[in-house]
Amino acid sequence: MLGFLARRLLATIPVMAIVAVLVFSMLRMTPGDPASIIAGAAATSADVAGIREKLGLDRPIVEQFAIWIGNLLHGDFGESFFFKKTVASLIADRVGPTLALATITMVLSISIAVPLGVVAAYKQGTWIDRFVMGFSVLGFSVPVFVIGYALIYVFAIELAWLPVQGYQPIREGLWGFLSRLILPSLTLSVIYIALIARITRTSVLEVLGEDYIRTARAKGLPRSTVLMRHALRNAAVPIVTVIGIGVALLIGGVVVTESVYSIPGLGRLTVDAVLARDYPTVQAVILLFSVVYVLLNLLVDVAYTFLDPRIRY
Amino acid sequence: MAARRLARHLLAAALLAALPIVAPAPALAQSTLRVVMHSDLKIVDPIWTTAYITRNHGYMIYDTLLATDANGRIQPQMLDRYTVSPDGLVYTMTLRDGLLWHDGAPVTAEDCVASIKRWGAKDATGQKLMTFVKDLQVVDAKTFRVNLSTPTGLVLSGLGKPSSAAPFMMPRRVAETDPNTQITDFTGSGPFMFRKDEWKPGDKAVYVKFDKYKPRAEPPSGMAGGKVVKVDRVEWRVIADQQTATNALIAGEIDFIEQPAHDLLPVMVKDANIKVLDTNPLGNQYSFRFNSSAKPFDNPKVKQALLYAFNQEDFLKAVIGDPKYYKTCKAMFICGTPLETTKGTEGLLESNFVKARALLQEAGYDGTPIVLMHSTDLQVLTNLAPVAKSLMERAGFKVDMQSMDWQSVVARRSKKDPPTQGGWHAFLTSWVSADVLNPVMTAFLNSSCDKALFGWPCDVEMEKLRDQFARETDPAKQKAIAEQVQVRWAENPSHIYLGQWYQPAAMRKNVNGVVTAPVTVFWNVTKG
Repeated sequence: MLGFLARRLLATIPVMAIVAVLVFSMLRMTPGDPASIIAGAAATSADVAGIREKLGLDRPIVEQFAIWIGNLLHGDFGESFFFKKTVASLIADRVGPTLALATITMVLSISIAVPLGVVAAYKQGTWIDRFVMGFSVLGFSVPVFVIGYALIYVFAIELAWLPVQGYQPIREGLWGFLSRLILPSLTLSVIYIALIARITRTSVLEVLGEDYIRTARAKGLPRSTVLMRHALRNAAVPIVTVIGIGVALLIGGVVVTESVYSIPGLGRLTVDAVLARDYPTVQAVILLFSVVYVLLNLLVDVAYTFLDPRIRY
Repeated sequence: MAARRLARHLLAAALLAALPIVAPAPALAQSTLRVVMHSDLKIVDPIWTTAYITRNHGYMIYDTLLATDANGRIQPQMLDRYTVSPDGLVYTMTLRDGLLWHDGAPVTAEDCVASIKRWGAKDATGQKLMTFVKDLQVVDAKTFRVNLSTPTGLVLSGLGKPSSAAPFMMPRRVAETDPNTQITDFTGSGPFMFRKDEWKPGDKAVYVKFDKYKPRAEPPSGMAGGKVVKVDRVEWRVIADQQTATNALIAGEIDFIEQPAHDLLPVMVKDANIKVLDTNPLGNQYSFRFNSSAKPFDNPKVKQALLYAFNQEDFLKAVIGDPKYYKTCKAMFICGTPLETTKGTEGLLESNFVKARALLQEAGYDGTPIVLMHSTDLQVLTNLAPVAKSLMERAGFKVDMQSMDWQSVVARRSKKDPPTQGGWHAFLTSWVSADVLNPVMTAFLNSSCDKALFGWPCDVEMEKLRDQFARETDPAKQKAIAEQVQVRWAENPSHIYLGQWYQPAAMRKNVNGVVTAPVTVFWNVTKG
């Protein structure tokens, strides 16, 4: 196992190198010039040229890349073109809200979707099954921002139970922290509940037809034990895979949700940085997301060995 | 069991990482004004950039020597008084008593001289003014002189200009920063202090009342008068989504939106707790900018054809919609201002396609497709280019409208490449009216070829008139020159102005005292 982990971790190096080259080149190929944006509407060409020189954007692309990689290898992500803050400190400021939102969303999604999927499989063909599957289709189909606005209208405007927007760190009060994350998490959860519930139902259905389930039933085991210990455990590999993919997809989902609920997280930082062509910030955030993707995949692979002892690396 | 343990550990680790270190929450002041500005504050040096949000930040924490009042007159602000020598060559300026920087040090004439120099090196009006300045001389701690080589009206209008880049006064140590390098010390002498420690780009910028600020005795008027702060703290909250900002205002989570979307105004007007107020009666002016260095717009007749083809109403109706929030105006220097005139505009901007086609034929337009940049992501600009395209085609132009986000327009407009190779022919934008009040201030009128703003018009005659205006100090004669400028513009346009539009602010009903001014300011505002 340790050998496997070492090999996989080493394999991330070329992956990150490719990501670095791609993100750097794509940003430079994208139309837009941070110097013009910084200079403002009434700036002359000379002003823009001056700023470009200050930012080092007048240097050859290869030189810019070499400088960036050199700094990166020393753990320096560089400084934001706009905020005059280090990219590392910008990211550090934004990690908290995104991590909190992602964690609550996944906890909510898994705790709702897995039981729903199991029940739908067990009650295959009944109204419960049709309801769960209908909800899944709806969850896939409705855009995140529509769900967001609908929830805001009902729970924040009409009922005034929860705030419309914003984020409050937990140190400023638990309820303030939770109340601002309930609606965003619910919004973001809908699609994952749909995804995980569908996969859980399909996986459990497959397992329910297996001989060992019939044997377990024949032994007189309680229904819940058959379902949870025998069926769900053996159906877990595809479910865990989907959850892993879901967490990765979540990174895309938070961009919209953080915008709708005005949460100052990594998603909003990414959008703002892309719109402003803040190259150092975009490069760092995409690299960070890539690391998260790679590690999540590794985590899922490791999880397989715990769920299915037949899997060995 | 192992899997469950692992899951538990992972969950615990994720939660721990998500939760910041528990520390006591800062007490929220009673009178905190929470506002949503038109943009996120990214750059905090108001001399280094002309971005409007940075200008607004400047007005929070810095002060100006002179300021423009509600009637367009220049009034002393930090100055107690100024005198002009009989030959108009020496301006002696004396600071008010008791002016302090946020660090407690007194504001001195040396600080002001250094600040004028930095602004004069960077701002277009400042640069023009400095061509008349022989030297800036410190007389004593509170007095300095502006010695000119030739008389000019730019000393007062420049130092009192309300919009970007306004000549904000900074301590000497800060003002001596290279004009092309951003400042890092935000000590001002304005009515608010910037809380750099609480500034979270993309989330909020915080300003607190400067208790030692000494406001003028006069009531506030435009950018002039007494800047009396009546709240303890102002928070600029970033809510990028207009619908969310509207919902937050309705729910009382914020108190003020500087620039709500026009299509959301009816929703706000209906709410009993919200009022909508136009705090900038001068409004904004739409503008169509030619690339005068690219064929066929290097030919004045082709540009004139567009002056005949366009009409302002179509543009304004397509973007703003409600006539309550727009006005057609043929005066280049804004209707309702001292330099308002319709000279030279007879028959223009009335969609006379017959005349436009005749001019195109006379100019020998060969059907070169016009590369028109279409900004798609800013609501107040999005519909302008399609209207322009339609009117241009009816006049006989071929138009290649290319859609892109605003930042791509901003980057591309500085390129002088041929339009078919990454350059451009035209785009549409908007100016705050306070930026286009006279021929020197109006950046699009600068016709000094390569030294001019993107579009690079070349017109010796126009430059002579602008110089004359800069030298003139008599308002009546300035008006006469402004009329000549407008006439010359009609002969060889550098851009086409497409009417005025207004951007009301929306606020909770308990917010009062908002000052009517071309820049959103928060002195005099109460939250009851």
